[in-house]
Amino acid sequence: MAEFNTSVKDQGDVSLLYLNGYLDAHTASVLENNFSDLIAKDKFKIVVNFKDLVYISSAGLGVFMAFIEKIRENNGDIKLTSMSDKVYNIFDLLGFPLLYEIYKSEDEAVKKFEEINKLEK
Amino acid sequence: MKSKSKIKGKELQVKSRTENLSKIREFIQDFASSAGFNQDTIDNMMLAVDEACTNIIKHAYKLYPDGEIIIKIKYENKKLIITIIDYGNAFQPESIPEPNIQEYYHQHRVGGLGMYLMKTLMDDVKYVSIPGKYNQVLLSKRLNSSR
Repeated sequence: MAEFNTSVKDQGDVSLLYLNGYLDAHTASVLENNFSDLIAKDKFKIVVNFKDLVYISSAGLGVFMAFIEKIRENNGDIKLTSMSDKVYNIFDLLGFPLLYEIYKSEDEAVKKFEEINKLEK
Repeated sequence: MKSKSKIKGKELQVKSRTENLSKIREFIQDFASSAGFNQDTIDNMMLAVDEACTNIIKHAYKLYPDGEIIIKIKYENKKLIITIIDYGNAFQPESIPEPNIQEYYHQHRVGGLGMYLMKTLMDDVKYVSIPGKYNQVLLSKRLNSSR
């Protein structure tokens, strides 16, 4: 069975969500639970790090779509970082870069949230 | 799970459970690799077959876990041909909408992405559905295909 696991780390008011392994229709529920937990804790500023994600199918992409509107309604966002070319190509093929900010590095994504925080103050 | 070797082809039979998707991908990886495809093309074929089987599990069998999925793969005339058969509900490919990313945003779900990926990643995708009997999807890829 394909392995998929995640871990979550806080950096200020930003939640860093790390994906590892194979994200398909079987493992997508793990990621759904992560987003549900973060939303339940009022954590809406989320950076998803794809560095160790080996594989994604449309079932995995669907998870991002399930939560994005709710998160943005709460002044948050899901920003994506550190994708392999292979994973990026799938996102790109389906037009996801139109809806999601995708950064090369985790730092860049976190900084974007910090810039917004400064503007709001 | 049964796996039989034939001269030019192989066959894998699994139950309609998402836990079997990784087994299905490995089956494609092993065969396509021995046929001489490069890894990028193999990755695309694995994804296309994953999407086809995910659709079968979710839509043809509606998550019923004991349906049969039969995957036949063969290599001939520099072309890999994958045939996937199920005995679930008949499928009308023309009823599947084109992907629309803006609509997904408000619907909070995606639909039709799998089919779009299959058509984009493979050279050819053909559906045959005999209601009450079986559904078959045929995916093919040439060895020297550009994508």
